[in-house]
Amino acid sequence: MNTKDIVYIALFAAVYAALGLFPPILIPIIGVPITAQSMGPMIAGSILGARRGALASLLFLVLVAIGLPLLSGGRGGFGVFLGPSGGFLVAYPFAALAIGAAFERLWHRINFGWAFAINAIGGIGIVYLIGIPWLSFVGNLPFTTALLGSAAFIPGDLIKAIIAAFVAVTVKKSYPIIEPAR
Amino acid sequence: MTLGLYVDTDSPIHRLHAGVKLSSLVVVGTAVFLLNEWLYLAAVLLATVALYFVARIPLKVAYAQLRPVLYLLAIIFIVQSLFDHWTMGVTVALRFLCLILFASLITLTTRVSEMVDVIESAMQPFTPFGVNPAKTSLAISLAIRFLPVIAQKFHDVREAQNARGLGGSIVATAVPLIVRTLRMANDIAEALDARSYDADAKHNKDARAEIISDSRAFTPTEQSSKREC
Repeated sequence: MNTKDIVYIALFAAVYAALGLFPPILIPIIGVPITAQSMGPMIAGSILGARRGALASLLFLVLVAIGLPLLSGGRGGFGVFLGPSGGFLVAYPFAALAIGAAFERLWHRINFGWAFAINAIGGIGIVYLIGIPWLSFVGNLPFTTALLGSAAFIPGDLIKAIIAAFVAVTVKKSYPIIEPAR
Repeated sequence: MTLGLYVDTDSPIHRLHAGVKLSSLVVVGTAVFLLNEWLYLAAVLLATVALYFVARIPLKVAYAQLRPVLYLLAIIFIVQSLFDHWTMGVTVALRFLCLILFASLITLTTRVSEMVDVIESAMQPFTPFGVNPAKTSLAISLAIRFLPVIAQKFHDVREAQNARGLGGSIVATAVPLIVRTLRMANDIAEALDARSYDADAKHNKDARAEIISDSRAFTPTEQSSKREC
């Protein structure tokens, strides 16, 4: 890990925070607000790769934990991890790790379709895989209730996977950082 | 450093060592999961609220941190009351109120710089496992230093895209923001290397502080962003 890697990690933790500055979009009909911040693991993984992407995500969570109000809506501190939805945040580094690893493996074949599929599996699949059991366990809720409650966010998350895929493909063309795995 | 959620009122709680406060969070966090009687939890909640008065922090500051979770707590309460019994709903809701309010109290009374110091010393035992406290605190300091810079870049890009009629597009804002950030990262890494920053050296906390506080270290960054325009 050289100086440049450390700087990439630090600055992407700040990009995570900037994603929280986008005004939330309200999905019509179901009325669930979507924030750009959960695009963070997708963007960090697909642009920095597995290791740096995961560490940038971890660093962002550390900054939130030590009391910087970086989550969308100006939230921060340890409380956000102890709340019922903490698992969705704790999942970020794992999601970024998986997304980054997939981008490194498939780097030469990455197009919009691949990028979207990887983002959907890593950025939605893995995040829900950790977040929903966590919600069910700490909230003492039946698993199906936690699952159904979270399902309302899936349409918004799919939109984010599409946007993050566009971003990943554009940045791959203009400013590639990932070193492809052989 | 006044950045963050820290509320600058002086109190015995503010003056407690950050490590002590974080340890107390672990104790309280464990205790509220072991307590299953809602009356005991209500007592813990009252005690926590009392600590806010000791710390002289207005409750509305705490409420601002709590508000986003209230909706979720209400759902949990309703589901518990339907499937189990209302006492279970009260227990689970009180448990989260205690946890979140206590954790917020620590956040509100501890400076970010103190937290960073605690993280740094807590990492020392893990050095043999490949954790590098110096590199980690460089990353934390850099991130804190560049949070406002990147937020400013975000607003600049957004304004430019608004002028082009692309203000609503997340892609049109995110891509230039990310590319500018990556370019800036290269300049910062060069500036650090040019000052012989050695993350593997043992004692370079002062060197790091100098780099972070020395704004001249980052003049190449400003030049490069001008080049883009």
